Amino acid sequence: MGRRIGTQTVEIESKPRIIGTYNIVGPKEGQGPLKEYFDKILEDDLNGTESFEKAETSLLYTAISESIKKAKLKEVDINYLLAGDLLNQLSSSCFAARDLNIPFIGLYGACSTMAESLSVGSMIMEGGLANYVVAATSSHFSAAERQFRLPLEMGSQRAPTAQWTVTGAGAMVLGKKGNFPYVTHVTTGKVKDYGIIDVNNMGVAMAPAAVDTIKQHFMDTGRKPSDYDIIATGDLGIIGREFTEKLLLEYKYDMKGHYMDCGEKIFEAERQGTNAGGSGCGCSAVVATGYLLKNMLKGKFKRILLVSTGALLSPTSCLQGETIPGIAHAVSIEFGGE
Amino acid sequence: MKVEEKTIRKKFEKLNSDNIPKPNLLLHCFNSFWVGGLICVIGQFISDIFSKMGIPKDELGTYVSIVMVFLGAVLTGIGVYDKLGDFAGAGSVVPITGFANSIVSPAMEFKKEGFVFGVAAKMFTIAGPVLVYGIGSSVIVGILYYFLRW
Repeated sequence: MGRRIGTQTVEIESKPRIIGTYNIVGPKEGQGPLKEYFDKILEDDLNGTESFEKAETSLLYTAISESIKKAKLKEVDINYLLAGDLLNQLSSSCFAARDLNIPFIGLYGACSTMAESLSVGSMIMEGGLANYVVAATSSHFSAAERQFRLPLEMGSQRAPTAQWTVTGAGAMVLGKKGNFPYVTHVTTGKVKDYGIIDVNNMGVAMAPAAVDTIKQHFMDTGRKPSDYDIIATGDLGIIGREFTEKLLLEYKYDMKGHYMDCGEKIFEAERQGTNAGGSGCGCSAVVATGYLLKNMLKGKFKRILLVSTGALLSPTSCLQGETIPGIAHAVSIEFGGE
Repeated sequence: MKVEEKTIRKKFEKLNSDNIPKPNLLLHCFNSFWVGGLICVIGQFISDIFSKMGIPKDELGTYVSIVMVFLGAVLTGIGVYDKLGDFAGAGSVVPITGFANSIVSPAMEFKKEGFVFGVAAKMFTIAGPVLVYGIGSSVIVGILYYFLRW
């Protein structure tokens, strides 16, 4: 049975394995530097549907059903589907789950959903309550823009700190057996809000949460940055990543050489016009199921820490002058280390 | 490891006031200036053509506005105006073509939600405030003018 260590971390002793993954991305992500790590790249970001919301649902559905196929399982074998997205009332997840024959729990953690669903899934597995769990999430640039920002064809300038929502979905199937990467620790983050109001500066708004969760993970486990081959935050972007590095130095944790940000890595900011980098639930989902886990299977990484970060704002809260709260969850994954 | 969160927060606030990249104001002003100017030159050109065609002088403004709004709407429809806006900023927002863009872009975007609650209801989400305060302030100025007549 797992046990609590420190104040926010759970050690997962049963080592739930990530036995199947699948990711699917839009055309812009497919032109980015990580293109070789994606299972499917769409040519049309509508994916043959009539709206961006429906497209996102189809992305998530594809990611979930294909990940189950890759794990050589059927829908009925899965005990829980844990999924979430950015749209109101978790529409993409609910509508994808409508077509799946799997008990469903919807999670909202904004862009932190990949680590959140993987955390909860691992804990369910650790409790012996399921044989197989699917953790999944998605986001879609155009659907998110519609909900949170201005119309697509509106001629306006993007701030240098603005980020580009990733169009993509990623899913992981957790199982008990097999030679696959496995989850060892879960650190659940606290909501941190250092008073950022600018909705075009979300990476910076989320950085305090990332700093707090990473620091707490190190304190709880007694580990340090060099114990990890790579620590990957979800979507802080270029500026948020710099902030996180500098703030962790205050706690005397030097991240140099062991740290990347999925949002910074997924696009080539200059060439693709994405300013501070990628964001969205799909960002850490497709980078984790792509670049991170595929490199683990190849043996390049033995131990990673996935820290998905979320900005917990709503279009209403920012119009009412509220600041932007952030959250970050960390999941430690190992493979072939022993 | 006795670092208080207060220190982190202070450091964060310092970083946030020093390290946030600012847009290149000079370049943006320059691009805005020449694109905005170019749009006005096009408007003048159209005005001159209409004038040659014998349109009376006091109706010219209306004719030019109609053509420019049409151009703005078409460029929005074919997906050019958002790129122009990204490049020129206020240079393409302030002229009447930008006004057309601000109405056509939400109308296009919300077509999926139907013609009543989508297109018609959302059409003025951006232009609405401009109209409300534009018309509102013109009424106030009109009233003042009526009483003061300086």
